[in-house]
Amino acid sequence: MLKDEDRIFTNLYGWMDSGLAGAKKRGDWQNTAKLLKLGHDEIVERIKASGLRGRGGAGFPTGLKWSFMPKEVGARPHYLVVNADESEPGTCKDRDIIRHEPHKLLEGCLVAGFAMRAHAAYIYIRGEFVNEARRLQAAIDEAYDAGLLGNNAAKSGWKFDIYLHRGAGAYICGEETALIESLEGKKGQPRLKPPFPAGAGLYGCPTTVNNVESIAVTPTILRRGADWFSGLGKENNTGTKLFCISGHVNRPCNVEEEMGIPLRELIEKHAGGVRGGWDNLLAVIPGGSSTPLMPQSVCNTMTMDFDALKEAGTGLGTAGVIVMDKSTDVVKAIARLSYFYKHESCGQCTPCREGTGWMWRMMERLVRGDAEIHEIETLEQVTRQVEGHTICALGDAAAWPIQGLIKHFRPEIERRITAHRTAVAVEAAE
Amino acid sequence: MPKLTVNGIEVEVEDGATVLHACEEAGVEIPRFCYHDRLSIAGNCRMCLVDMERAPKPIASCAMPAGEGMVIRTDTDRVTKAREGVMEFLLINHPLDCPICDQGGECDLQDQAMGYGFDSSRYEENKRAVEDKHMGPLISTTMTRCIHCTRCVRFATEVAGVPELGAIGRGESMEITTYLEKTLASELSANVIDLCPVGALTSKPYAFTARPWELNKTESVDVMDAVGSNIRVDSRGAQVLRVLPRLNEDINEEWISDKTRYAIDGLRRQRLDRPYVRGRDGKLAPVSWDDALGIVAARLKKAKPAAIAAITGDQCDAESMFALKRLFDKLGSGNIDCRQDGATIGGARAGYLFNSTIAGIDEADALLIIGSNPRIEAAVLNARIRRNWLATRLPVGVVGPQMDLTYDTETLGDDPAILADILSGKAKFAAKLKRAKKPMIIVGMGALARPDGAAILGKAHEIADTYGVVAGGWNGFNVLHTAAARVAGLDLGLTPGRGQMDVAGMYKAAEAGKLDIVWLQAADEIDADRLKDAFVIYQGHHGDRGAHIADVILPGAAYTEKDGIYLNTEGRVQYAGRATFPPGEAREDWTIIRALAGRMGINLGFDSLDELRTELSEIVPHFADQDEIKSARWAKFGGRGKISSTPVAAALDGFYMTCAVSRASETMGQCLMALQADLAQADQAQDAAE
Amino acid sequence: MSIDARIADDQPDSFAFTRENEAEAKRIIAKYPKGRQASAVMPLLDLAQRQHDNWIPMKAIEMIAAKLDMAEIRVLEVATFYTMFNLKPVGTYFLQACTTTPCWLRGSDNMMRCIKDRYGISSGETSECGRFTLLEVECLGACVNAPILQVNDDFYEDLDYASTGALLDSLEAGSPLPVGSVTGRSGSEADGGATTLQELKPAE
Repeated sequence: MLKDEDRIFTNLYGWMDSGLAGAKKRGDWQNTAKLLKLGHDEIVERIKASGLRGRGGAGFPTGLKWSFMPKEVGARPHYLVVNADESEPGTCKDRDIIRHEPHKLLEGCLVAGFAMRAHAAYIYIRGEFVNEARRLQAAIDEAYDAGLLGNNAAKSGWKFDIYLHRGAGAYICGEETALIESLEGKKGQPRLKPPFPAGAGLYGCPTTVNNVESIAVTPTILRRGADWFSGLGKENNTGTKLFCISGHVNRPCNVEEEMGIPLRELIEKHAGGVRGGWDNLLAVIPGGSSTPLMPQSVCNTMTMDFDALKEAGTGLGTAGVIVMDKSTDVVKAIARLSYFYKHESCGQCTPCREGTGWMWRMMERLVRGDAEIHEIETLEQVTRQVEGHTICALGDAAAWPIQGLIKHFRPEIERRITAHRTAVAVEAAE
Repeated sequence: MPKLTVNGIEVEVEDGATVLHACEEAGVEIPRFCYHDRLSIAGNCRMCLVDMERAPKPIASCAMPAGEGMVIRTDTDRVTKAREGVMEFLLINHPLDCPICDQGGECDLQDQAMGYGFDSSRYEENKRAVEDKHMGPLISTTMTRCIHCTRCVRFATEVAGVPELGAIGRGESMEITTYLEKTLASELSANVIDLCPVGALTSKPYAFTARPWELNKTESVDVMDAVGSNIRVDSRGAQVLRVLPRLNEDINEEWISDKTRYAIDGLRRQRLDRPYVRGRDGKLAPVSWDDALGIVAARLKKAKPAAIAAITGDQCDAESMFALKRLFDKLGSGNIDCRQDGATIGGARAGYLFNSTIAGIDEADALLIIGSNPRIEAAVLNARIRRNWLATRLPVGVVGPQMDLTYDTETLGDDPAILADILSGKAKFAAKLKRAKKPMIIVGMGALARPDGAAILGKAHEIADTYGVVAGGWNGFNVLHTAAARVAGLDLGLTPGRGQMDVAGMYKAAEAGKLDIVWLQAADEIDADRLKDAFVIYQGHHGDRGAHIADVILPGAAYTEKDGIYLNTEGRVQYAGRATFPPGEAREDWTIIRALAGRMGINLGFDSLDELRTELSEIVPHFADQDEIKSARWAKFGGRGKISSTPVAAALDGFYMTCAVSRASETMGQCLMALQADLAQADQAQDAAE
Repeated sequence: MSIDARIADDQPDSFAFTRENEAEAKRIIAKYPKGRQASAVMPLLDLAQRQHDNWIPMKAIEMIAAKLDMAEIRVLEVATFYTMFNLKPVGTYFLQACTTTPCWLRGSDNMMRCIKDRYGISSGETSECGRFTLLEVECLGACVNAPILQVNDDFYEDLDYASTGALLDSLEAGSPLPVGSVTGRSGSEADGGATTLQELKPAE
């Protein structure tokens, strides 16, 4: 188990003051100017060396992403955009950072912004997080008042502004180019890539979009050293990570743990175990709703890191661990996710707009068993017709949970269809 | 110039080309719905997916820039599956109402479903139904059929410059609509009908009229303005049923204005379909051609040449004008004028042509508009100015009234004195002209169709000389006409010589009782009252202003009813084709004049259209060069007289009803009413806000 | 739901920001670079909604379009794309119940049932008294505190049938329960005490 001294988010649960005074006590904003003295490129190098991979779901190496920004600032200013549109079902970690450790995020913005030669950051927070936004705005105001932001941010000589921008209810704005569109005052419809944001992002300027957690951990990484961070976890899957454990556990919670922690240990040590014991486990969705579920057999030995989960045909995603015990109507659990994706499809491209609705409607029939056996195959084919054919990853995200369900619980679906047919026949006979 | 291979075929494409272009270059057809050459790339239909080497999934070829060394395949199983998949998705919620859909037979979805669709559906759920939207008198909507390609939205926003069309809601509930279902207030609105790849947006006036395969298709040229848009006239029997744009990159690309498309129902109303003569009771009574021509011949014979005159209309074909001019020459009269609006132009051709050519607009880097509203006078041409502005923020200065041209303009004022300020460099816009490498001036009839028009034209000439508007190979001096017949008329010399009467002179002479006969060749944009004391011969096709004062009516053919040559504002020679025959006893116009000449024993020198054209091109050779422009040498033109302080006004007071045909059009009437209703509503809102 | 059904039939004849909101709008617009004022469209819609009993009339859309130099349809697109904009009236207490899988696994059905039992309303409906509007919403992003009921701006967490009832009681009485978990846990710590950071926990 990760030692407390290696935990970055020591006020994860909000026990202490989340304001500037409390944050400073926890080490935030200490000698920030000195960190910036490392220079733009050295900061990028150190983040690369730490092995930090994006905490928003895709796991792209953060330092590498920063290095895509132009080395010179031309006519177009550079922007850092922080993705605080946390909306992936099963995920609620950024919320804790925003409300309990906002200064880690703000200091991270300065460090990351400086590294990529940006003088402004926009934090895009989901609209429903009204109180969280208020808390974060208060922290921003405090930081300005203390000279940590503004013309000479933290006495570094670097001008840096942070603006908070609230969303208004659209999961798709978690996709970085949809987020940029939304920030520009449009519908959150993902852009075609190329061009990528580092070339033409916000207002057509070089932009990097990073997850809250990715940004918030960077000052600590720089203070404690890339070696410290990369010494935690596993190779290529380094550092600590916030896990969200929800669903059928005895004590759902968020916890910061080491990357690569065994799933069973995570659940049993921190979340009080599966309701009714490990043997009562049916399946786990390991990384937020879009990652395919794993049946208990896979869960037994699974470790929680990008590579191991990918190997198992699923993913670490946002590390939103959704636990389902044996009482779960697993078809309905996935059907509800299908409804989610249908609801959140932006409607821009054909396979997602049409496919999410079709998949959800078929899933609803499968919940009741009101289908033909061959329609399982049809549904599987429809998911393949959506997957990989859309502008953004929402199509994939909608397809994968269903593919996971069919892969691991096909007999259950078939059982329902048969039972339904029998029930209808009996009714007819009566 | 990246080189790449498509299905093993190596192709080289322009920088900035897409993979889709490269595929086309390689002769590989790529299915698409959302992609359109003239609109921004949306990449949303996903029909154009292709395989790219090393890409983990198929890419949208319409959106992917072609890169050096790319290896593209369109013939893999994965590509076929992807396209079949997209097609299936498009069809699951698309109604199977092809038999009652007006798009049937010319539907992209229908066509591509032949290639990528299945013969049965796996979709067992309820299909989506979407409420239809009101978009005004031209566009009929069946929104359940919409496949959300957003071509219409992009057209309205980008090309037409009226961002009232959008897609509201999201996901499968996304719906295309105008804001609160207002009429799409654009002169180009109906192009969305052509752009719609399915039957969601169809033509309201043409609804359920015909199937494409029943139609006779005639290639022709539009005469509703002086742009010379290339059109296809679809007819069945004696009726013109619809007009569609024909591709011409140099003129209208593939757009036409709503008037070009929809004034055609005016061809069926108020037609002059037999000769008439005004009797002693003051009423027009039908007569035979023989009688009508007899009366005209007798009158002309009796009259002194100095007391007869002719005015030709804005939509006359060159042949009719030429024939009339030849007749008047033979009668010894030079009182003939093709400028019914009184525009003071003629003489050196550079002084009345759109010298830069329409395509030249793309190159301009500053534009001064004097007395023109290109949005209503030449809507398609205006879209080109807008495109330049969108791409380059083209500075546009306007001398004339304040108007919304769909791009930002600097209104310099409507006082003609501003021209002197521009010339002297005092006016702010002068600096922009000076900086420009390819400055352009557009002078419109609002500035020229006034008594001091020649002086204004002269001033514009001076401005052009001062600011390098004509320099190197560039001639950015442009006259924008409103009349389709005007350039041909001027080239043919339908202007009076010294001591002869122009239109203003004819008015005066008629009022003074000194004009015996005036021949109106489809001339309706006149002050008819001032001519009524003369004996009026009206040769034309509609019972409009001219016919109302006529003493004899010689029924002619409208533009769709005759072969004819037109020179657009650039001076481009275009041959229009006959789609239908004139109604009743009406005849092609040159034949009327030929018949009359015969009756009078005058030899015009031609007995057939071919002979007429040969004769014509012997005198003005460039008329023989179809689709060519004979460019004009920069020369002296315009006057040096005093310019009055009368404000520079617009040439036209509206878009929809500007000629005898469009005034007879019910559709144009509906458009005008819809526009007025919207304006009234906007005024009300403004009042409420204040 | 069709778009028409989402827009109120009865619309006010005019809408203007209050003086304070006018000033706030200016502050918001100033956050974005010059010429990028369209970025302020969502915050201004939110401002209008807060000023106007939690729903946005069309006149506000037109006013915002004019203020930001946007076409009205572009503002309407935004207003209909994002689910938090209400285009027709809602009750004083706008109950947004998360029923996405993590909340559903933790009994969001019970929460919904409690609301239905009390007011006879399903998603999209308003109670007879007019004070409560229920809307089923997608993941609210507080999954380890599931199920969640958002009441106007505030999250109420860890609800079951009984605690939902208690919450509604408090709303009816006009003295809402403290925001957050109804079980009293702090944030996302495990119920009964966190397993980490205990040594850092300040003494109570």
